[in-house]
Amino acid sequence: MPSLESSASPELARRLRRRRRRDAAGALLYVLPALAIVLCFRFVPIIAAFAFSFFEIKMGALIGFVGLGHYARLLQDPTFWQSVGTTIWFSIGTVPIAIFASLFFALLLNRKLKALGLYRTIYFMPVVTGMVAVAVIWKWILEPELGVLNFLLGKLHLGQPGWLGESRGVFQLLVDPEGRWLPRWAGGPSLALVSLALVNTWKGLGYNIVIFLAGLQNIPQQQYEAARIDGAGSWQLFRHVTWPILSPTTFYVFIMSTIVSFQTFSLVYLMTSPPGGPEDSTKVLVYYLFDKGFTPPASLGRASAVALVLFLIILGLTLVQRRLAERRVHY
Amino acid sequence: MVMPFLWMVSTSLRSTLEITREPHRFLPEVLIGARDAAAGGAGGLPGVFANYIEAWQRAPFGRYFFNTIVIALACLAGVIVTSALAAYAFARLRFPGREALFLLFLSMMMVPEPVYLVPSFILIARLGWLDTYAALIVPWTVNVFSIFLLRQHFKTIPQDLFDAATIDGASRFAVLWRIMMPLSKAVLVTISLFTIIGTWNSFLWPLVMTHSPEMRPLQIGLAAFSQEEGAEYGLMMAATTLSVLPLLVLYFFAQRQIIASLASSGLKE
Repeated sequence: MPSLESSASPELARRLRRRRRRDAAGALLYVLPALAIVLCFRFVPIIAAFAFSFFEIKMGALIGFVGLGHYARLLQDPTFWQSVGTTIWFSIGTVPIAIFASLFFALLLNRKLKALGLYRTIYFMPVVTGMVAVAVIWKWILEPELGVLNFLLGKLHLGQPGWLGESRGVFQLLVDPEGRWLPRWAGGPSLALVSLALVNTWKGLGYNIVIFLAGLQNIPQQQYEAARIDGAGSWQLFRHVTWPILSPTTFYVFIMSTIVSFQTFSLVYLMTSPPGGPEDSTKVLVYYLFDKGFTPPASLGRASAVALVLFLIILGLTLVQRRLAERRVHY
Repeated sequence: MVMPFLWMVSTSLRSTLEITREPHRFLPEVLIGARDAAAGGAGGLPGVFANYIEAWQRAPFGRYFFNTIVIALACLAGVIVTSALAAYAFARLRFPGREALFLLFLSMMMVPEPVYLVPSFILIARLGWLDTYAALIVPWTVNVFSIFLLRQHFKTIPQDLFDAATIDGASRFAVLWRIMMPLSKAVLVTISLFTIIGTWNSFLWPLVMTHSPEMRPLQIGLAAFSQEEGAEYGLMMAATTLSVLPLLVLYFFAQRQIIASLASSGLKE
């Protein structure tokens, strides 16, 4: 069928074109408010972050092109590498525990429980609570002298560590508390960092449980019935039905938790004193960025370089997630 | 999971003396009634909530609450308006570059906040917005995720409905306002809840953009309070309870919707 324009008179075609242009202009008006804000406060700042990382900046003014200077200095800064290491330790400390704990609770909650709604509500409470409140509550619980956690540990005749004030590594504390033969670098993450990881896991648990529950509820019941007829026990059911079908969900939770854990800032800022302490053992990447950007002598250029590094890491993780989500991980 | 919250409330009802003397008693003396007798009168409700009253007097929590509510409502209004308009255009209107523009929007969702924080700070400073409501509101009147959610929903509304309305002579805006919006109540409620929770809890942005106590939102106020009064646990817990209570109440009423939409959308703080 010939299109309307070609069959109509030139006059009509012109009018149609004009009308379409006016329509398009009108449609753009609808996008305009959102577009203006996104351009000003997201797009331009992101491009600027990229540009700033090549300049020296003083008092908000560009004062000289330094090329890759910031990146070079970053790579030579031991504190930067330390913060990268701390961030990785933090992720290792949160992500696997978060996955297994939330999968465990999701499996428990997936039965037909009486007060299911109540459980979900309870698990989700920390998710909607702001980080500041979470930090204040946990600082009180982890307080070495008066805190309830050490009180309970004391009742059980266990050690009463300094939690957030402990800069020694956990491996060191477990194996060699006097630090006679285990070198400092082999101490692993500090107990302070591990404490933060636990609080972070507690806060995010409910969210991951809900994601897993959604995944579990999508598993067709026939699969279970078929496996049960074949004589599968409950462990085998989990191993051969639930786990493989759930693997895309698990992978999603894994990547998302990793991305979020790489962006940790508030927890460190709010719970440790001095922030990033003790002895810089909780200085994660975003804290390093904040430090470079906003505490004198501030170098916004260097902070931007850190931001770009962070961006590339997260972009990489997101792309991996996309790629594997397309390929479907299970079967 | 709730123990930390219960512990928070229980501590908030105890005096500093009581906390240091018997740190781990769970039930506060006021509830047992012992404190009334010992203190000779300071009983009743004011006695039970002594920490709350004192915390409220020590720091301008009224002001913090006011700021947070103003910011949350303003952001909410902005997000609803910008999302509705943009989602409508992306779902139903035709214009050149629509797909590319939508992709640009979506890609903004991926970029973590710390990345644009430094340049935003400079921009806000240049605009002269540091330490004003504008800095805390304007950049957050658009939420790309909300646009995405609403667009997906608009796409599911049958085309016939539009054709019928258009034939009846409804303008484009009338279609959006009188047909699409009423049909999207559930999504709009979800967006509102997320926006309120998000602004109520945001920390890094207001931390960087404000410095005077009068401009502090609740979270920053609480953080400052904890730096100043950190050792007075009863007070701290009272202030913390105050700061989380409104949101927990909101959550209890809307929990079904919040959990369901989080599960299906995969949104995370």
